[in-house]
Amino acid sequence: MTANLGSAALALAFFATLCAAGLALAGARGERRWVDASRRAVYTLCALLTLCVVLIEIAFISDDFSLSIVQEHSSIETPTFYKLAAMWSSQEGSLLLWAWVLSIASSAALYATRDKLREVVPYATAVLAGVAGFFTGLLLFGEGVDPFATLSPAPADGVGLTPLLQHPSMMIHPPMLYSGYVAFTIPFAFAIGALVTRRLDAAWIRATRRFALIAWAFLGLGLLLGARWSYTELGWGGYWAWDPVENAALMPWLTGTAFLHSIMVQEKRGILKVWNASLIVVTFALALLGTFLVRSGVLQSIHAFGDSTVGPYILGLIAVVLLGSAALIVSRLDDLRSERRIDSLASREAVFLVNNLLLVALTATIFWGTFFPLISELFTGEKASLAAPWFDQYTTPLAVLLVLFTGIGPLLAWRRVSWDTAKRVFLAPAAVAVLVGVALLLSTDVANSLWALALFVFAAFSLTGLAQEFWRGAAARRRLSGESMPAALAAIVTRNRRRYGGYIVHAGIAVLLIGIAASSSFQTKRDLKLSPGESAVVEGRQITYERPTVSVDERALTFGAVLGVEQDGERFELRPSRDYFRPTGVQGRTIGSFFSGEATSEVGLKPGLRSDLWAAPEPDLSALKRRVRAADRGFGACVRGAPGAPPQCEAVAQLMRAAAADPRLRPAALAQINRLQAAVAERLARSYIAEGAPVTFRVIVDPLVTWIWIGALIALTGALIAIWPTRRSRRAPAADTELEALKEAKYREISDAELDHAAGKLSDEDYALLDAELRREAVEILDRGNGHAGNGRPAEKPAARG
Amino acid sequence: MVALSVAVLLAVGLVYTSFSASTEAKEPSQLLGATPGTSYEMTGRVVPGSIRRDGNGLRFQVADRDGGGQRLPVTYTGTVPDPFRGGREIILTGTVESGTFVGEPDTLITKCPSKFTVENSGK
Repeated sequence: MTANLGSAALALAFFATLCAAGLALAGARGERRWVDASRRAVYTLCALLTLCVVLIEIAFISDDFSLSIVQEHSSIETPTFYKLAAMWSSQEGSLLLWAWVLSIASSAALYATRDKLREVVPYATAVLAGVAGFFTGLLLFGEGVDPFATLSPAPADGVGLTPLLQHPSMMIHPPMLYSGYVAFTIPFAFAIGALVTRRLDAAWIRATRRFALIAWAFLGLGLLLGARWSYTELGWGGYWAWDPVENAALMPWLTGTAFLHSIMVQEKRGILKVWNASLIVVTFALALLGTFLVRSGVLQSIHAFGDSTVGPYILGLIAVVLLGSAALIVSRLDDLRSERRIDSLASREAVFLVNNLLLVALTATIFWGTFFPLISELFTGEKASLAAPWFDQYTTPLAVLLVLFTGIGPLLAWRRVSWDTAKRVFLAPAAVAVLVGVALLLSTDVANSLWALALFVFAAFSLTGLAQEFWRGAAARRRLSGESMPAALAAIVTRNRRRYGGYIVHAGIAVLLIGIAASSSFQTKRDLKLSPGESAVVEGRQITYERPTVSVDERALTFGAVLGVEQDGERFELRPSRDYFRPTGVQGRTIGSFFSGEATSEVGLKPGLRSDLWAAPEPDLSALKRRVRAADRGFGACVRGAPGAPPQCEAVAQLMRAAAADPRLRPAALAQINRLQAAVAERLARSYIAEGAPVTFRVIVDPLVTWIWIGALIALTGALIAIWPTRRSRRAPAADTELEALKEAKYREISDAELDHAAGKLSDEDYALLDAELRREAVEILDRGNGHAGNGRPAEKPAARG
Repeated sequence: MVALSVAVLLAVGLVYTSFSASTEAKEPSQLLGATPGTSYEMTGRVVPGSIRRDGNGLRFQVADRDGGGQRLPVTYTGTVPDPFRGGREIILTGTVESGTFVGEPDTLITKCPSKFTVENSGK
């Protein structure tokens, strides 16, 4: 029933993508009704895919093991929370998630542009429908990826979700990453639409900027959660390993960051058009590549979930995207010419250009390192790979430069900055940076890592510069309005969400990089082999292994440790443990099998603003396992009723003999044996406490690591402020035509210049010049509107809305 | 112009350092006659039941990824990832010394299983 309904919905969804693409292309010549119909086909697609997802989730919750996706990734014992998340642990489920999120994002984007960008939207719709068609088609026709494949007869139980994935992050980490990847499809589709129709002004950027920002924020959050998951769960104490799949998610995030900056330059100055179009194409291709890497197994990675059949198709799509877009961009080079040149190297746009080049260089480096095994196989015939030190060697200097430009950019005004002004705005940040550098050199051993020192100094520069921006902006506002300082601060942020939201993101990234530099350069890692009662000192912390603990429940045997820690006169306990999950759904197991399931570490973590204390145990179970093997031998003898077995075995042996004679009694006998084995396993597990075996603890003291998470949260808050719709855009319809877009961009430029002048970033002289220039440009635009209405096209009336 | 030359410099640096810093990826059966002292990245499958604790470290055997080929003994100290166990695919960097693969500390990577299939550990 579910399977039939689901398959039908999926087939209809595929049909809807074809309809949407066909109608959109047919309507591209001006037939509005067809374009409207294509939009409604995308809404329908979204409804159908939602139905598919809901059906699968219901199947997971109701333990419908007739669906193989449920049987292979869930079980009756799996907690409900993880049943809901189990969908995307499967290949077909994650592809469905891709298509579903894309249909939501597409519907939102097409709704938002329903009476804008009349020429571009049909082609953008066709691209969106094409990508959605690719993924639904893959689910429908691909080999072994049918989410509604059934098993007959339906098994009684499933194999369960691997305990490694049973972590709260599983609920949000994969969907966040996928949403990030998927949301980059929106600006990509509109860029293609703009290229096809040669409407290459900033209108497509304005229409999709928010989606690019949302994609960036989702992808960033996904990366953050992955890092956090790795830090607290995987038992190695790191948050980044330059693993291919991590790199694959980082690359589109970096090019996406570059894109978010360079589109501002195009909006304001009409330059970098080829660059922006290329960047969004590359970003989308990298997002597809990320999806491909997880699903293909071409590169050795902790995330490579086995070889699959869909890899080649995704690779084909990437090739089509890259070649098609490249051809389109080359054929449109004339239309993509810059409207002017960069006025001066001392301007915000020049710094944005430098930051773009740094981000792209970073991406290129990571790309080369990630794909080096394939590159070297091509040239030398040997697969060779690059390790973390190689990546660090390049990414460290690039990151240090980036943090410097993160601070310089916001201090400069658009167009040009005079030397006197520059001196004034740079004075305080530079002074603070020097002071911080000297203080660090005198009071810490930071001299051991000069890159870290450089990063701390530049971050101090950036953070001071950003604080100065807020201060001066608020002070300027206060002079005009007479508000209190906090009110003025709130007012400038709410009135210029994009600008100040962006600054907050910068501050967050600077803080995050401080955390990365400190925790990677000054980490202390020790392996302590301790018996109960013994203690050791790590970085001034006295750590005592007080006692072992054991807990047993339905799902796992847990061997834990109580660690007493004395730190700066404070006493606290850490309770790290290692869980051995019982295998599920197996018949005829041994007592030993209870101890050989999947194991996961529960890290003992004492986070702190100055440093984290992190501990994970590796209990020595060898003596216990010897006892388990002996118990298994004894149990076998007992069941067989062998001579010399203790008398209480007689009942079991009798049961087994009866089962051998009558097959109908077998399930009951097996269940009885399982119960007995579980009871013995429990008793043996508890004997671990009396034994007092030594445990190897990996102990890590990680300075400032908490600031990675704090910095990321600050950055996300900033992104949220920048994404939040302004009061004006919520009330009034946004610019509908190119002319309106130009007008609005110019007004924004004029008000930005005013703000920069008020904040002391533009001298009176420069401001007078710039303001006159901007006003002249504004008058030109107004004239064009009143006179001959744009490029001979009738000025469209803004749609009246309640 | 400046940007272009910096890009060229970076590219040359990438190519040069990557070929000199990389380690060759090999499967166990290719490593039996390997040059001692050369660093390799070994990819193989842990032979079920071969894992022994030895002081602070581990001793185990690996077979080729398809489970075949000759078995290579391995010694390793350092962080052991959670998913590590018999039957899993691992990636480990190290050198071959007198027929034993000596892993560099903290370089052990264990691949996530594609599906949670339970091996029957009873023989």
